[in-house]
Amino acid sequence: MSQFLQVLLSGLATGAVYALVAIGFTLVWQAAQTVNFAQGEFVMLPAFFVLVGMNWLGLSFWISLLFGLAVSVLLLGLVFKKLVVEPILPHGGITLIIATMALGILLKESAKEFYGAEAQPFPALFPGDPINILGAAVSLRDLMNLAISLGVVMLLTLFLNRTRTGRCMQATAQNPGVAEILGVDVKRMVLYTFLINAALAALASFLITPVYLAKFSNGETLGLIAFIAAIVGGFNQIRGALVGGLLIGVLDNLTATYVTAQYRAALPLILLIAIILLRPQGIMGTSEGRTV
Amino acid sequence: MKSYAVLLGVAFALSAGAPAQAADTIKLGMVAELSGAGAPAGTNWRDGAKLAVSEINAAGGILGKKVEMPEFDTQTDPQVSRALVQKAIDDGVVAIIGTVYSGSTMVNMLVAKQNSIPQFVGSEAPAIVEKGNPFVYRTSSGAQKGVPALTPYFKDTLKAKKVGVAWVNNEFGKGGRTVFLAEMKKAGIEVVADVASEQAQTDYAADIAKLKSAGPDAVFVYMNQEESARFLIEARKQALPMPLVGEVTLTEAKVIELAGPAAEGAIAHVGVTATATEVPGIAAFSKAFEESFKRKPTHDAIKGYVGVWATKYVTEKVGKVDGEAFAKAMSGLCLKVADHPKMLLDTCWDNRGEMSRPSFMVQVKNGAPVVIGTVPAN
Repeated sequence: MSQFLQVLLSGLATGAVYALVAIGFTLVWQAAQTVNFAQGEFVMLPAFFVLVGMNWLGLSFWISLLFGLAVSVLLLGLVFKKLVVEPILPHGGITLIIATMALGILLKESAKEFYGAEAQPFPALFPGDPINILGAAVSLRDLMNLAISLGVVMLLTLFLNRTRTGRCMQATAQNPGVAEILGVDVKRMVLYTFLINAALAALASFLITPVYLAKFSNGETLGLIAFIAAIVGGFNQIRGALVGGLLIGVLDNLTATYVTAQYRAALPLILLIAIILLRPQGIMGTSEGRTV
Repeated sequence: MKSYAVLLGVAFALSAGAPAQAADTIKLGMVAELSGAGAPAGTNWRDGAKLAVSEINAAGGILGKKVEMPEFDTQTDPQVSRALVQKAIDDGVVAIIGTVYSGSTMVNMLVAKQNSIPQFVGSEAPAIVEKGNPFVYRTSSGAQKGVPALTPYFKDTLKAKKVGVAWVNNEFGKGGRTVFLAEMKKAGIEVVADVASEQAQTDYAADIAKLKSAGPDAVFVYMNQEESARFLIEARKQALPMPLVGEVTLTEAKVIELAGPAAEGAIAHVGVTATATEVPGIAAFSKAFEESFKRKPTHDAIKGYVGVWATKYVTEKVGKVDGEAFAKAMSGLCLKVADHPKMLLDTCWDNRGEMSRPSFMVQVKNGAPVVIGTVPAN
């Protein structure tokens, strides 16, 4: 029982971070009707921004986190939208998808060239000391990762549903033309979406890197799993991304513990195939839904 | 007509001069994991070798010729490593220094063998010296020699009755696991958990949970550096209570840097360690390495260093650059520190390229590996 609880909580903590990344896929899909295949690299990079702040600029860890967040929002939000999305989007969603693939490779190789191929240690936001819960030793770090991720998703949902700006963003996602006629500043709402995506990616990076270690290739696995989580949960729903992320995190750990460790990497792909065959809109998605 | 004759003369002089210039240098091919999952090991291996090259050149080179060491990055891909060994040989290297990852060495050593080119490797999989290849030589003992050195530690020091093994599912990990299981069987110790993980795996929660529930007295951890660090981090998170004992990598400087406090208490048998500063040669090497690269050397750095110096000593023993003669000289060779100080420790190779030299037991204490015992050469 304690082993099950242990594995379940670890899976939820990892899955919650997957969910943050998956929500980014959903947001960008809503804002630009495209898939950002550089999303994994968007999660890999902020950790390196923090390391630059600490090791090159001599900032303290917590100031470096703020520095990393600010640089991420600027580069992976604003600059990404202005330099990649805006010029390429008029040429079609597929073109932009290919451009994001190229961007992912560029970011990965740049991180490797700039900071080296070796993994780097990354300080933890919270102590890793274990806490005993019903016989399971759970780290405070896992619990905080879970709480922060779920808290951020809840706040984001409240922001989108309860604030004027959030509703304007939803209106933009549903129908940009009508939203513009109604006086919504569509360009600004789309920009907000990209900024939020960058901030979520940075947060995911800060939470996962103490365990994954800062490495240029981290985005490969994270991006793929989060993409699958978004599809499994429902690409057009934030709550879908949340469910998809948590589901994959938990199932991955349970499979590795009770079924097979060797084939655990295949699990998300099996889940993806099953969902596409049985419920193409995803677990929480709606076939015609366009709500953020 | 006269001008053509002058041109021809110049061309002849240049073409005649080119080989003469090439013959003034000896090229060693650094084929290593400079990027990808093996980069921590490969870059240290390279830097240790670079230090040796600079020292050799300062001391007059090999056979009086300057040493050059072009680098070839395998990207930790066995097939790329094979192509690069061929490229290095095509470029005129007289010895291959690398690779470190056993999976790569298993593939590329055949190329060096076909060309009768000596190859010093950092790999430790047992199978490497079991292929009857007279041109491949280890720079540290293979798992079949290193892992058995741990048996008395499990049996007599830890008094373990049941153990777990956590290993990475690649050539290196498989080799170590096979030897460990055989050793435990011989020692009458039960293996109650046998947990495989994948190379570059990031999440070890399930692995640790399985080990924990099996309740072994100690766990043998046999993984590459980054995987070892992630394993230790997760082990601390889940408060894995039993001693974690590894072979070589578990107490590496890079692992300690990555795992931080999670590495505290980890124990390993290491063929050679930069922390064994009571050995004069190792102390001098560590000092020179830190001055050159502004970081502490790992055992891979020492292996690369020893590989290049062994190339010099043996080539000069042979008296010429000749792969076949080099291979004959290496069979059953012992290089004593008294005569060959840069070997750091008395080192012997058998007729298969397997290495034998004294080794160490180390434990991480206060963030640094500390020698807790010496194991005689076996």
